[in-house]
Amino acid sequence: MTQPVLSVRNLEVEFVTRRATLRAINGVSFDIAKGEVLGVVGESGAGKSVTGLAVIGLIDPPGRISAGEIELSGTRIDHLPPEEIRRVRGKRIGMIFQDPLTSLNPLYRIGDQIIETIRTHTNLSESAARRRAIDLLAEVGIPAPEKRIDGYPHEFSGGMRQRVVIALAICAEPELIIADEPTTALDVSVQAQIIALIKRLGRDHGTAVMLVTHDMGVIAETCDRVAVMYSGRIAEIGPVQEVVRNPLHPYARGLMGAIPTLAGEDKRLVQIPGSMPRLSAIPPGCPFNPRCAFAFDRCRIERPEPIRRGTQSVACHLFEPAKETAA
Amino acid sequence: MLAFTLRRFLQAIGVMLAVGVIAFAMFRFAGDPVNQIVSIDTSAAQRAEIRHSLGLDDPVLVQFGRYFINALQFKFGVSYQFRLPVSSLLAERLPATLELAICATLFAMVAGILMGVYSALRRDTILARLFQAVSLIGISLPTFLIGILLIYLFAVTLGWLPSFGRGEVVKLGWWSTGLLTVSGWKAIIMPAITLGLFQMTLIMRLVRAEMLEVLRTDYIRFARARGLTTRAIHFGHALKNTLVPVITVAGLQFGSVIAFSIITETVFQWPGMGLLFVQAVQNVDIPIMAAYLLMVSLIFVTINLVVDILYTVVDPRLRSPVGRAA
Repeated sequence: MTQPVLSVRNLEVEFVTRRATLRAINGVSFDIAKGEVLGVVGESGAGKSVTGLAVIGLIDPPGRISAGEIELSGTRIDHLPPEEIRRVRGKRIGMIFQDPLTSLNPLYRIGDQIIETIRTHTNLSESAARRRAIDLLAEVGIPAPEKRIDGYPHEFSGGMRQRVVIALAICAEPELIIADEPTTALDVSVQAQIIALIKRLGRDHGTAVMLVTHDMGVIAETCDRVAVMYSGRIAEIGPVQEVVRNPLHPYARGLMGAIPTLAGEDKRLVQIPGSMPRLSAIPPGCPFNPRCAFAFDRCRIERPEPIRRGTQSVACHLFEPAKETAA
Repeated sequence: MLAFTLRRFLQAIGVMLAVGVIAFAMFRFAGDPVNQIVSIDTSAAQRAEIRHSLGLDDPVLVQFGRYFINALQFKFGVSYQFRLPVSSLLAERLPATLELAICATLFAMVAGILMGVYSALRRDTILARLFQAVSLIGISLPTFLIGILLIYLFAVTLGWLPSFGRGEVVKLGWWSTGLLTVSGWKAIIMPAITLGLFQMTLIMRLVRAEMLEVLRTDYIRFARARGLTTRAIHFGHALKNTLVPVITVAGLQFGSVIAFSIITETVFQWPGMGLLFVQAVQNVDIPIMAAYLLMVSLIFVTINLVVDILYTVVDPRLRSPVGRAA
C-alpha cells in the first residue's frame, strides 16, 4: 500500500476553559489515500468539524491539539510554527466551509480573492494568476468566467458562491481537500451538483478529500470510505458499502436505521433514544453506553478500543474476539 | 446610483429649508436688536429710523422672504456689533476653524485607527490595556479641562507651545493658513489634540469592537484556511470591513468637530468661527448667530451626503439596487 495523503494518529483536541478542560476529540485515528474520499458523519458536536480544523491547523485558543500526530504525505504538520502551517494551508490543504454566503469577503471582487490566494502560494505574475483564476472558475463550472471574475460575491447565487469557494480551495492544487458540510446551506437541487463537482475534482486531480457531513445520502453517493463519529471518537470506520449496508457499531446501526427510504414499507423510522452527552459530562467507558440497547457492565467501565472486523474497524466491546457470539 | 444621490440631495435641501426657518425665527424671538445697537439716550425717532433702515418694520413674511433670498446669495446681513457684513466676518474666520477641524479629525482618524487595530489584535498586551484606559479618560473628561491641562503642562510649565492664538498666518488669496509657518504648526498642535481627543477615543473603540467582530466572521476564517498571510488578513480583509462604520462616525463627527470647536476655540483663543459665535452670543449679535446656525447645518448636511456616497464606494453591495444575479 502506498503512503496515505493524510494520516491521523490518536488525535486529541482539548478546550481549556476556566472551569474544566474539555476533550472534544479523543483518540481519533484514520488515513486518507490519494484520490480517496473519506466521509465523516455524526451528530452535531460529535467532533467532525473540529477534526477538520485540527488537520488544517485552525484550532484557535482556548482549543489545542493535546496529543497525537497528523501527517500529510509523510511529514508531520501538527505543532508546526504558525508561519509554516500557514504555508501548508491553502497550498497543500484546501478547505471548504459550510456557508458560501459568508465565506467570501463581501468587499473584494471574487477574482481578486482568487488571485490573492494564488499569488500567496505561487510566484505567478498578476496576469498569469488572473488567467489561472479564469481557468479555475471555468473548471468549477462558472459560466462566462472571464466576465464573472470581476463580480462581487453578492452578485452570485449560493450555489455559484460555493463553486467560487471550491475554486479558492483548489487554486494551489492541494493534496487534500477538507470539505466541512459543503452542501448543508444549499438548496437540495444544488447540493447534488456541488457534491458531483467535489467528487470530479478529487478524481481528476488525485486529491484526497475529507468530507464532513451529517447527510447520509451524500456519504453513500460520494465517499469511498466513511467514519462514524460519536462524542469525539470514531465509532466505526470502513468502506462505505459495508458501513451503510452492514453497520456493526450499535450507534452506526441506529444512524443507518434512521435514513428514510423511498421504497419504504410503512415502517416507523428507528430512533436512537436520548441525545449525545455534552463534552463536560461524557460517561466513563463507552460514551454511547447510556443510549445503547446492547450495553453491558464492561461498557460502563472500560473504553472500547477499535477492533478490526474484515474491512471495517469498530470501537465496541460487542466485537471483542472472545465475545463475538454476543453480536 | 444617480437616483440615490438625487434623492439624498433633495432631502438635504429640505433640511436646509427647515433650518432657515429656525434661523429666521431667532430674529423674531431673541429680543429687540435695536436695543443692542443704540445707547440708552437714543430718541424714539432715531430708534424708528434704525428699525426702518434694518428693515425690521416690514411684515414678517416679507422679512423672511428677504432673509431667505439673501441667504441663498450668502448675504446674512450686517453684524450689530462689528457693523460689517456677516458673510465677510465668517469668511475671514472660516479658514482657521476648518484647518483646526481637519487637523483634529486627521489626528483622531490616524491615531484612533492605529490604536484600535492594535488593541484588537493584541488584546491582552499591556499597551492595549493602556489604550483602553486612555480612551476612557478621553471619553469622560470634558474638552475644556483637557485643553486647560495641556496649556498648563506644555505652555505654562514646559513652555514648548504657545497657549493661545494661531501663530503667524500666510495669505493664499482669501484663505489664510497657519500651516505654512513653524509658529502656526506649534499653535495648532494643542487645540487639534484637544478637539480631536474625543473623536479619537470614539474611533479607537469603534475600530477595536468592529475588528474583533470581523475577525470572528467566516470569511476571515476562510481567508486563514486559504493560507493568506496574517498581514493580508488583518490589514486587507479585516480592516477594510471595519471601515464602513468608521467612515460614518468620522464623517458625522467632522460636523460635530466644527460645531463644537466653540469650546476649544474659546479655551485657546483660536480666531475661528466658534470664537466669533461665542462673542456674538455675549452681545446678542443675531445675524452672526443665525448665519452660524445655517452654516453649521450646511456643513452637517453636506457631510451626511458625502458619507452616504462614500459608503457606496467602499461597499459594492450598495452600488446597484438589484445586485443579485442568478
